[in-house]
Amino acid sequence: MTVQELPGAGASHRVTPPPAWRPRTEAAPLLPDPEPYRVLGTAAAEHLDPALMRRYYAELVRGRRYNAQATALTRQGRLAVYPSTVGQEAAEIAAALVLEEQDWLFPSYRDTLAAVARGLDPVQALTLLRGDWHTGYDPREHRIAPLCTPLATQLPHAVGVAHAARLRGDEVVALAMVGDGGTSEGDFHEALNFAAVWQAPVVFLVQNNGFAISVPLAKQTAAPTLAHKAVGYGMPGRLVDGNDVAALHEVLTEAVQRARAGGGPTLIEAVTYRMEAHTNADDATRYRTDSEVEAWKAHDPVELLERELTGRGWLDETAVREARDAAEAMAADLRERMNAEPVLNPMDLFAHVYAEQTGRLREQAAMLRAELEAEDDA
Amino acid sequence: MTTVAQQAVKPATMAQALTRAMRDAMAEDPTVHVMGEDVGTLGGVFRITDGLAKEFGEDRVTDTPLAEAGILGTAVGMAMYGLRPVVEMQFDAFAYPAFEQLISHVAKMRNRTRGAMPLPITIRVPYGGGIGGVEHHCDSSEAYYTATPGLTVVTPATVEDAYGLLRASIASDDPVVFLEPKRLYWSKAQWSPDAPVAVPGIGEALVRRTGTSATLITYGPSLPVCLEAAEAAREEGWDLEVVDLRSLVPFDEETVVASVRRTGRAVVVHEAGGFGGPGAEIAARVTERCFHHLEAPVLRVTGFDIPYPPPMLEKYHLPGVERILDAVARLQWEN
Repeated sequence: MTVQELPGAGASHRVTPPPAWRPRTEAAPLLPDPEPYRVLGTAAAEHLDPALMRRYYAELVRGRRYNAQATALTRQGRLAVYPSTVGQEAAEIAAALVLEEQDWLFPSYRDTLAAVARGLDPVQALTLLRGDWHTGYDPREHRIAPLCTPLATQLPHAVGVAHAARLRGDEVVALAMVGDGGTSEGDFHEALNFAAVWQAPVVFLVQNNGFAISVPLAKQTAAPTLAHKAVGYGMPGRLVDGNDVAALHEVLTEAVQRARAGGGPTLIEAVTYRMEAHTNADDATRYRTDSEVEAWKAHDPVELLERELTGRGWLDETAVREARDAAEAMAADLRERMNAEPVLNPMDLFAHVYAEQTGRLREQAAMLRAELEAEDDA
Repeated sequence: MTTVAQQAVKPATMAQALTRAMRDAMAEDPTVHVMGEDVGTLGGVFRITDGLAKEFGEDRVTDTPLAEAGILGTAVGMAMYGLRPVVEMQFDAFAYPAFEQLISHVAKMRNRTRGAMPLPITIRVPYGGGIGGVEHHCDSSEAYYTATPGLTVVTPATVEDAYGLLRASIASDDPVVFLEPKRLYWSKAQWSPDAPVAVPGIGEALVRRTGTSATLITYGPSLPVCLEAAEAAREEGWDLEVVDLRSLVPFDEETVVASVRRTGRAVVVHEAGGFGGPGAEIAARVTERCFHHLEAPVLRVTGFDIPYPPPMLEKYHLPGVERILDAVARLQWEN
């Protein structure tokens, strides 16, 4: 055989075309909005429900105060760490408020405020960050998964809960929260892929707050937007102004309703900004400028809503004062209860490792008990 | 022999026992779900889930996308919602992408939630060598699992245990890493497919052969090798006791200690590498508790501390009868 006769050497041997192939879905309906979707400050705002928006306003004021109080508790050494969501309150609160009682919320470590907005006792929500136990509440009772420290690993859990609920015929939606950095993790990909293949009733909410600790979005992804990533999985992607609580409410509600109706998952990117450092251990001045922070201050989620509602005459001074008083009362209560020393039982170390303690753990528990008794006697 | 008798007791393989365990568990408990790559239509690459999809439907026997973190991660969510997922990892080394889910969530969820949310997940991992598999298909990864608090780790070596331990694992309220010695998949036992199988549960070791000269402590794929070595040792005049651990976590220290105190000598045998392997822990515990009964140091016969070798070389790596007998010989010194 000469070289010229080898299969593939020339085109002449290829007599049949390859089997027909075409994409299963048109990409166009999956593509996100070209600009972050906005309602506040646009003509669409006139159709808003004033009562709902007043409720959101009160929640935003409370959320801002919660962030301030938690940050203060960190400075006092009452919390080991607090990843602030100042500037992101709109997304935190909308995520909690669009869910029904039977739905599940899957927060990341930064989303304490979302858990509180869903009704969790603020002290229970802060247990992880105070350091007395990892999760201070029963996740099944509140349908709030433990605050998740590893990035994006809670997303497949959300898919699993949603999938299991659907298998059981329950109308449950899972809403999973993740940051822009978390979208680079493998679990983000696997969760979105499973959700789309299974058509699981899940809403993925990415809060793009600009930085993964210090790494800006441009170094995180080359995608046009994070919402574009939805296209590859075959689910709709939405891009929304993450500081516009009215827009968030609309986009999230629509995604939750589609999921509940069997329409499958949605990926939502909320474009927002983290006004404070990653945590109290971080120095944000090393990676961003004051002018950038100042520019975002002019787009503050609380002020955006306040301006809109006041301008339309939907919010009076009394309502503003009431919201601030309620927030202040929450903060005072939180401060008082967080200042009490938590009661810890060291024997809990061995209580929840296995349903039945292993011999090894019984031995180690006995050792600790003896040490504690010796301490008491001394 | 009558036809009926032939039906009642016939050779069954470990693979068949595992399949029956899942079938029986699924029939009894509608919350049991089987999931993994290829477990549905194909019945698994080893056919361990053969027929389950046909019997129970795709909702309960699910071919997942090819993504181990996703398989285990979604199983976590399903267990959070009250199901009992039985997850297949296909091959030992394929489970590694799922390790973050395993270690950060599966093993810890009970602990993180103060017991409010235990995760009853069974993770089936075909493991170990001796089947001529190429790279990444023959790892003995048990030390990774046993080093992780919160995981139960079991490994059957017999057809009965394959059934009994898998049923116990699926019934457990804790996550169980169920290590299947894949080279024993086609090992057979006279076994009645309909008769109840009663074997000791998780956490109990069994003395598979009694003896007086020394104790071989082993599990999973090395059990038949140790039993063969014990037979061969008779020619040397040694009467070896063989303990099958069955469960690495919890570890049945009492059975092991009682045996070594009787024989005064011990060799731990496993395929996994020796450094930091389960044998290191067992040897340390035996030494702590049997020091005054020991006539010789506790020895280990393990795989070498090397990446699993290519199939044409694996016979040099895997602990065999000769290496076990050499170790037993080294135990026999006087003073």
